[in-house]
Amino acid sequence: MATTHSRTAARFMISPSVLLLLGWMIVPLSMTIWFSFQSYNLLSPGTEEWIGFLNYEFFLTDPAFFAALSNTLLLVLGVLVITIIGGTLLALLLDQPVFGQGVVRILVIAPFFVMPTVSALVWKNMFMNPVNGLFAHAAKAMGLEPFDFLAHAPLFSVTLIVAWQWLPFATLILLTALQSLDQDQLEAAEMDGAGPFSRFIYIVVPHLSRAITVVILIQTIFLLSIFAEILVTTNGGPGYASTNITYLVYAQSLLQFDVGGGSAGGIIAVILANIVAFFLMRMIGKNLEA
Amino acid sequence: MGSIVLKQVTKRFGDVEVIPPLDLSIVEGEFVVFVGPSGCGKSTLLRLIAGLEDVTSGTVEINGQDATTARPAARGLAMVFQTYALYPHMSVRKNIAFPLKMAGLDQAEIDRKVNGAAQVLNLTDYLDRRPGQLSGGQRQRVAIGRAIVREPMAFLFDEPLSNLDAALRVNMRLEISELHQKLATTMIYVTHDQVEAMTMADKIVVLRDGYIEQVGSPLELYNSPANLFVAGFIGSPKMNFIEGAEASKHGAHTIGVRPEHLVITQDAGMWQGTVGVAEHLGSDTFLHVAVDGVGTLTVRAPGELALRHGDAITVTVPGDKIYRFDRDGSAVR
Amino acid sequence: MARSVTPRRKMVVTVLAWAVGLLIFFPILWTILTSFKTEADAIASPPLFLGFDWTLENYAEVQERSDYFRHFWNSVVISVGSTLLGLLIAIPSAWAMAFVPGRRTKDVLMWMLSTKMLPPVGVLIPIYLIFRDAGLLDTRTGLVIVLTLINLPIIIWMLFTYFKEIPGEILEAARMDGATLWAEILHVLTPMAVPGIASTLLLNIILSWNEAFWTLNLTAAKAAPLTAFIASYSSPEGLFYAKLSAASTMAIAPILIMGWFSQKQLVRGLTFGAVK
Repeated sequence: MATTHSRTAARFMISPSVLLLLGWMIVPLSMTIWFSFQSYNLLSPGTEEWIGFLNYEFFLTDPAFFAALSNTLLLVLGVLVITIIGGTLLALLLDQPVFGQGVVRILVIAPFFVMPTVSALVWKNMFMNPVNGLFAHAAKAMGLEPFDFLAHAPLFSVTLIVAWQWLPFATLILLTALQSLDQDQLEAAEMDGAGPFSRFIYIVVPHLSRAITVVILIQTIFLLSIFAEILVTTNGGPGYASTNITYLVYAQSLLQFDVGGGSAGGIIAVILANIVAFFLMRMIGKNLEA
Repeated sequence: MGSIVLKQVTKRFGDVEVIPPLDLSIVEGEFVVFVGPSGCGKSTLLRLIAGLEDVTSGTVEINGQDATTARPAARGLAMVFQTYALYPHMSVRKNIAFPLKMAGLDQAEIDRKVNGAAQVLNLTDYLDRRPGQLSGGQRQRVAIGRAIVREPMAFLFDEPLSNLDAALRVNMRLEISELHQKLATTMIYVTHDQVEAMTMADKIVVLRDGYIEQVGSPLELYNSPANLFVAGFIGSPKMNFIEGAEASKHGAHTIGVRPEHLVITQDAGMWQGTVGVAEHLGSDTFLHVAVDGVGTLTVRAPGELALRHGDAITVTVPGDKIYRFDRDGSAVR
Repeated sequence: MARSVTPRRKMVVTVLAWAVGLLIFFPILWTILTSFKTEADAIASPPLFLGFDWTLENYAEVQERSDYFRHFWNSVVISVGSTLLGLLIAIPSAWAMAFVPGRRTKDVLMWMLSTKMLPPVGVLIPIYLIFRDAGLLDTRTGLVIVLTLINLPIIIWMLFTYFKEIPGEILEAARMDGATLWAEILHVLTPMAVPGIASTLLLNIILSWNEAFWTLNLTAAKAAPLTAFIASYSSPEGLFYAKLSAASTMAIAPILIMGWFSQKQLVRGLTFGAVK
């Protein structure tokens, strides 16, 4: 609602960001699509040719793809389960009156601000290292054999590191949602005879369900693209044991210089992300109307 | 100075016609109130006059000059918003000075005018506070102060009292009326509250769905409403409407009787009924009387009455106080 | 209304909360402690918690390696540069969408958000090739461009949700008071939106500082920010825990401090206003 004058000004002011984002989205994406139908390797320039869906065929039938796909899903699911259950419990805890609440909050949130390469390296060397890591020391102190996390449980280890980074995010959002819960509702439920457990199930959980959905969707978007943690801890190995789709595409394109195959993988990653994004956008869109 | 004429003005938002072709003229110095239920287009109409919205077609003349495409600031009008729209990051002094600063006045002139306005509005002690530190009534006065320093040709008020509590509202109503007496500048005032309209206006414009239902002085609207809508909207408690056989007796499709015109009689009367809820206000008593074949009538009787739920009473109304309406709802004269 | 709680219960919850908080914080604490140890103490068995010879030698050594500061400076330039550039582009857009909404505003906003959902690997190759051909590989300019673009939707969204909370009537009042569009944005909108703009700035610097896909893939040595610099420790030789800890501590300290300031806004920014 406004005048022609202000509408013209508005259009003028929106256009830079629209044009930039349009360019950012369309140009590289259409190039990726184009490359994905080509035989194109940076090591043998000048031999590019159109090969139809062959890249997709190779990529999708490569055993590495299945390993990467299941690793991607396991990584996403593992982190989601840990962060949501842990986050809910932490949020309930931090919602209680506590001495030094502000400080505890800061302690809990801190991991989110640690850059991925730092957290991956710290965990890899100072905790999971089978000789000098704290876990090894702890195992030895209890008379157990130190466990080489990154060699024998690489995906689990990466999941643990990533979950540590994202736990604060889930906690913070769930805590925010919890604090917006109308106390009158809880008191009304108490008057209606609901005990603490019933109140949690019938009042708190439904209230949190929306925040939980938001956490799931947003984390999934980021978790599908986990890269740095894998690069600095396991390099996707041993074998393909901790390679996810993002890392596989990176390896294919920038380590093996197979532009065609990497592009096909990239497009598949885009499709996967779109499925998640579809649901996320619908939720946020609904919120925009409210 | 200060006449406003709308000619065949329309406004559409997309496919929705909010204001159908509308003509209205406002004479200099008048206090005009736009009144109507929410969504009737009264605020839109005010914003069209202010220039905050473009008219879809038609012309807006201010002072005899075509202002249809003029920018808001160029129209010489000042507006007081429902939420006051004070600048929260500026002191009261700076808020009031803002339009003068935008107009490029020199500092001495600005100070003189701001101090003058503050004096008129009893704001002198608050000039260095922020709006957040003021009460609702004080904020309202700052908004008015910001409007009067510009010495506009007309003031526009968009439901300025709706965020105040009841007692303060009565006070501010008086203050605004007094301000109008003092300045004698045209004022256009939008409200959904018919009491505000009746108490303040020289001229009331009743709007519904963008159409002007009636224009007239408060008593004209009260005494001879043009149609059912105006009759029902003006007056409190609301006019009683009776349809069917009772109405036919008076040669109308619907007849209307104001609660205050119904008289309680001991024996013979027009309608006999049973008292339902009785509301005792001290100065008045409102009775909701169920009458067979007529429905529930609201009766406003002065003073205290010893009537209670279930009592049988008879009410009657003088013949010249019966409002008659035809099938379309228009008044039959 | 806060319920009154028995002191005993509060004590129990306090102990529990502090225990959990310290557990989660422990890796960071351990890194900070280790950064003050000698390399020998850093890998001592059993591990030394506080009873070691505190030393600043690691910081001195990391400082002496001039490349640490180059990388630190790269991080500053890239994160601050991309954030300021992003704000410059985003403020007018957010103003327009918040105060002059049209029929398609919502679609435009949703579409902008959808560009954020694009997985980076989907465009890795073209960007890499374009950058290679344009000479932008391993340059700060290149990274500023990429980070501006990937964070632009978040900046616009955050500003939009903040601007939305400013009543349009106030801007209209300014218009009635004779303010031009420029005066309206400069004297009325911007001062009112300062808290929102500041938290957008803060959060976006944090996100850019920690971005570890493009910074790792588009830089080699020259323009590498701290993310890439730290990653180069992944296959080290010899004893290095203490120095790694010192470098890590310096890399995360500024962001930890900024992050603590912006924790409230974090939720809003990262959920695009879906949770406030």
